[in-house]
Amino acid sequence: MDGFSATFLNFRSLLPVLPLLLSGLRVSAILIVTIIPSALLLGLALALCQRLGGRIPRAVLVAYTDFFRSFPPLVLLVFLYSALPLAGLRLDEFQTVVIGLVLNGSAFFGEIFRAGIESVPIGQWDAAYALGLAKRQALLRVVLPQGIRAVIPPLASNVVELAKATSLAAAVSLPDLLTSARQAQDIIYNPTPLVAVALVYLIVFWPLVRLLSILDARNVQIRQT
Amino acid sequence: MTDILRLYFDFGYWWKSLPALLRGAVVTFELASATLIIGLTLGLALAVLRALRRRWLSIPVVIFVDASRAVPSIVVIFLLFFALPYADIRMAAFPCAVLALAANLAAVAEEAFWAGIQAVPRGHSEAARTLGLSPLLILGLVVLPQGIRLGIPLLTGKAISITKDTSLASVVAVPELLNQMSTEQGVYANPSPLMLGALMFLLIFMPLVQVSRWAERRYRWVA
Repeated sequence: MDGFSATFLNFRSLLPVLPLLLSGLRVSAILIVTIIPSALLLGLALALCQRLGGRIPRAVLVAYTDFFRSFPPLVLLVFLYSALPLAGLRLDEFQTVVIGLVLNGSAFFGEIFRAGIESVPIGQWDAAYALGLAKRQALLRVVLPQGIRAVIPPLASNVVELAKATSLAAAVSLPDLLTSARQAQDIIYNPTPLVAVALVYLIVFWPLVRLLSILDARNVQIRQT
Repeated sequence: MTDILRLYFDFGYWWKSLPALLRGAVVTFELASATLIIGLTLGLALAVLRALRRRWLSIPVVIFVDASRAVPSIVVIFLLFFALPYADIRMAAFPCAVLALAANLAAVAEEAFWAGIQAVPRGHSEAARTLGLSPLLILGLVVLPQGIRLGIPLLTGKAISITKDTSLASVVAVPELLNQMSTEQGVYANPSPLMLGALMFLLIFMPLVQVSRWAERRYRWVA
């Protein structure tokens, strides 16, 4: 047991590589606060345009959503990172991860917002029209607020998934938390940095995951009654 | 424009890299099947343990589920592949990837099946009890069959997401499709293999996404 903690939980050995790990943590945090709001906004815009646009924009948007939902995010990142430069379009690592995950995340969010808007009873539209609201006003002021409320649990769960997906940055060697842990491991020849990073993810995301379970459970009970 | 087309759609390179990419697709398929079989079985087993409603059983289950959902799979793959050897536990890259993804899927499946089990109206188990069924029979014959059905629509989308995560195995050099795409691009210094591989990924997952969309509608819970 002593050997185990000396190897895997040797936190004293982290001291020399702490600045490296902290800069990795910073990159991961920046990724999360850049990607999640952008993906949410783009997803919402996609859902709204699908509702308001004509047949052709709608078909284009459905194709967009299905396309990016079908693509594994890592494949998208690798493609952006190593296939585009050959056509003269060079993205740096940070841009690659942000663009890739926003494209991926917005497709999922768009689908969720769309389901939310569809879940609002048609009577709400009729009522809004009866009050003299135009289609856009009815959507934005009457239907959307109710639709979003209906899909908060899946939205929250996808936000967490997207935040976790920022760790894919390691695959295109952006110096995020996971990349820096790998480097630190090579420097001090000890796996504690990797264990520490797993613990950081655990500490940050455990409360969120618990909250999601509670939201889900409440949802099930509401549906039952 | 035609230059770019020629760059990405060079059928000579497509043809040359096709065998390697197909081998990669087979490995992707193997990864996905192993992950689905192990993950779904384990998830169901955990949900059954939790449904026995013994505190000493359900607490470890919840801890495992929460931890597996909180830590990204790629971190778990790195832990298994790069950290475990320090304890003299050496696994090949393939089992590392399968274990990490299956743990993630098991957690998601447990949550879904457990939600399904809880959604079975209490009256059903009460009715079974008045018929004289033992608690284990009630669980096995009455609650589980309905609970599993109710859990499936909660599961499809996430199961497909995790299947797509098989591409993570490429980071520890499992020769699956993504890994082969990158290798072939390196060999020919041309992005055509990447383009072909990307199309193969679409070909594999586009139908799955459509099926899940259909399944979610078909089995949607009524409010």
